[in-house]
Amino acid sequence: MAAALLSLGGFFISLYLWLWKLGMVGELACGAGGQCEVVQNSSYAVIFGLPVAAYGVFGYAALLAVSLAGLQPRWQSRREPTLLLLALAAGGVAFTAYLTYLEAFVIRAWCRWCLVSAAIIVAILVSALAGLRELRRAGSQS
Amino acid sequence: MARVKNLKPFYAVLAVVAVGGAGWIWMAARGGGGAPISAPVDEAAVARAAGFPGYSLGSPDAPVTVIEYADFECPACAQFAILTMHDVKQRLIAAGRVRWQFRDFPLPGHRHSRLAHHAAACADEQGRFWEMHDQLFYGQSTWAAERNPYNRFRDYARAIGLDLARYDECMESARYSARIEASVRDGEQLGVSSTPTFIIGNRRYPGFMAYDALRALIDSAAAASSNR
Repeated sequence: MAAALLSLGGFFISLYLWLWKLGMVGELACGAGGQCEVVQNSSYAVIFGLPVAAYGVFGYAALLAVSLAGLQPRWQSRREPTLLLLALAAGGVAFTAYLTYLEAFVIRAWCRWCLVSAAIIVAILVSALAGLRELRRAGSQS
Repeated sequence: MARVKNLKPFYAVLAVVAVGGAGWIWMAARGGGGAPISAPVDEAAVARAAGFPGYSLGSPDAPVTVIEYADFECPACAQFAILTMHDVKQRLIAAGRVRWQFRDFPLPGHRHSRLAHHAAACADEQGRFWEMHDQLFYGQSTWAAERNPYNRFRDYARAIGLDLARYDECMESARYSARIEASVRDGEQLGVSSTPTFIIGNRRYPGFMAYDALRALIDSAAAASSNR
């Protein structure tokens, strides 16, 4: 449940940044300093022709779908959704770690929304790990 | 996943987050377009900003001054900038025969025009008005069709070598909005109602002009001033 809510939040943040990149929203709401735009306009904000934010939109959509599927009665006691969630979240954390490294050491500017997204993906990973632990405990009891 | 029997409250919370997020995105998309720059300007600020003569090129001692009232989003102005201005610069301005003054005249029907004029004013702050002028006119057909060209103008700023931190700060402050409006008022007082409008001597010539026609007018203005 927490994973689904967090994924939805992450989805909207990524969507906002993607739409901004497409020129569909005005100036980025980023507080004083405007470093969001420095990050979002850097050459690292596009990978294989697609903005990084777009990967976020698809990634969070996938996480949302998997976490909602895992809540359905016939999947609730199965391990697969949790394992898939764990794999996706681990991939997301690795990708985010790379992006955060770029912000800190290469671009040298911080994008507040990207940091919120980083916190969200870490929280999803933690919740997936907690879910797996719970499943193991339930499995050993039965 | 933990076993949960009643998912209804969870779905309700999820729906609230979804509606809230969608509303936020919608508001952001609707508010796009660099609001502070396009917002109405305070009258007192416009009065204070009066007196700016425009962006000039050429010697102050040139016998003739041409004032061009133009709008960066107007197609005829772009046509003039692309087809005629190059010759004007090389053959008249560089030769010391004309002093050119470009004045802001964003028309109300052009949604991105004020933003473009403001970007040019911010480029002028770093001594690159004419470079931005060219970028804006040559790229007009691209950005005029965009929903919000803020980023594209920023790309132009980067392309002409502006200090982007200063440019961003200038755009965010919207500090030239009043000066742009003051320029529009000056034009209106002179009877300008469309763009481009050229003022040569004390006469007004609206519409696109080819080099030869412009040159003939400049020559006659020069002859008139030397006979005086």
